[in-house]
Amino acid sequence: MCLAVPAQVVSIRGNLAQVSVEGALREVHLGLVDDVEVGDYVLVHAGFALERWTEEDVREWRAILDGTWPGRTE
Amino acid sequence: MVLSFPSGHSTRGGPSADQLGVIRQYAEALGRPVRLMEVCGTHTMVAFRSGLRSLLPENVLLISGPGCPVCVTPNGYLDTAVELSRRPDVILTTFGDLMRVPGSNSSLEKERARGAAVQVVYSPLDAVALARERRDKNVVFLAVGFETTAPGIALVLRTAREEDLQNFLVLCALKTMPAPMRALASGGEVAIDGFLVPGHVSVVTGARAFAFLAEEFGIPCVVTGFEPVDLLVGIGMLLRQLTEGRAAVEIEYTRAVTPEGNREAQRMMAEVFEGSDAEWRGLGNIPGSGLGLRDSYTLHDAAARFGLEVAAGRELAGCRCGDVLRGVLAPPECPLFDRVCSPASPQGPCMVSSEGACAAWWRYGRRG
Repeated sequence: MCLAVPAQVVSIRGNLAQVSVEGALREVHLGLVDDVEVGDYVLVHAGFALERWTEEDVREWRAILDGTWPGRTE
Repeated sequence: MVLSFPSGHSTRGGPSADQLGVIRQYAEALGRPVRLMEVCGTHTMVAFRSGLRSLLPENVLLISGPGCPVCVTPNGYLDTAVELSRRPDVILTTFGDLMRVPGSNSSLEKERARGAAVQVVYSPLDAVALARERRDKNVVFLAVGFETTAPGIALVLRTAREEDLQNFLVLCALKTMPAPMRALASGGEVAIDGFLVPGHVSVVTGARAFAFLAEEFGIPCVVTGFEPVDLLVGIGMLLRQLTEGRAAVEIEYTRAVTPEGNREAQRMMAEVFEGSDAEWRGLGNIPGSGLGLRDSYTLHDAAARFGLEVAAGRELAGCRCGDVLRGVLAPPECPLFDRVCSPASPQGPCMVSSEGACAAWWRYGRRG
């Protein structure tokens, strides 16, 4: 139940943002995070952004998905 | 022993180690059985689905813990939800996971088939939106979950209060993770050598909320992410602490978790909720392990509005979910497992929830 996924912010209106989760658009509430801008990645759980990711966080996540994270075992 | 192993922020661009190889070296160095609890149900699923469990050395055992909100919600709560769904003035809204969980006599899925107004929502925001549309009904949201979910529910409650949406109510059974982990650590029923700490709970609470496990009980802890490689790195970090005779709270999931957590989310929770005692399936009543509505939110409390008391409920005869949740019993050891209890006809919540230990064993564990 504690699933959360990273999503990229596409647009922002007030406290609500359109985000893209692997291409699918969803609306998320930004009331629990500060200083989110279009283009940022946020961690989304049950309709809320729980955390804003830095560029470094996003790079690590992409590397994990690509299998190129230095820690990856395969 | 010198082994290169990523820890904390150094996982980024860190050494290109063979994670399993590192785990094997530490396991061999330890030379004794090591029992690690993956507390979070999502970790349980990742560990099974990825096949990671079967790759671990024989002396490294993963035990599933009580971090599946649906699983630890006692029958009495479900009975009360069923009772609410039968009221003609109520639209019940819930996360999908709860629909099929059997209560003492019925489930929400069965009640909906009989015509009850039960709606599955993706977010508590959907429930509050429904309350705005349907002023003629009381829209009750089943507030089940841990610290990951509680801040969003707090936020919609505050919104409902500001908008004077008196027809938006919650039946609150929110829980917090540190207290049951303390109960497991101090109970002595299961020897736990290390905790893989729930990653998304820690996004909100911060890793520091679990420091007591290392400091008071000497149990190594690693806050871990949800990709298979995160789990491997997390397990390696736990084994490293054990090998070096240390106990600390370390963060593997650095891309989401900080020592302090999300302060805004914590503030939101504190504004709406206060600590309360809570009933956990399998663990019983744990003082301070729940979140109850503050007095200023009583207007939005479904139990208060309808004069409901969440009773103990009747557990299904023979169902050992409680023992599974404490890590005392592995699912295949339950007499019901795979005989009368399967995902097609679940007898207990650990088989219903996609994150339940029994469902994971049934789907992925039986092939060994």
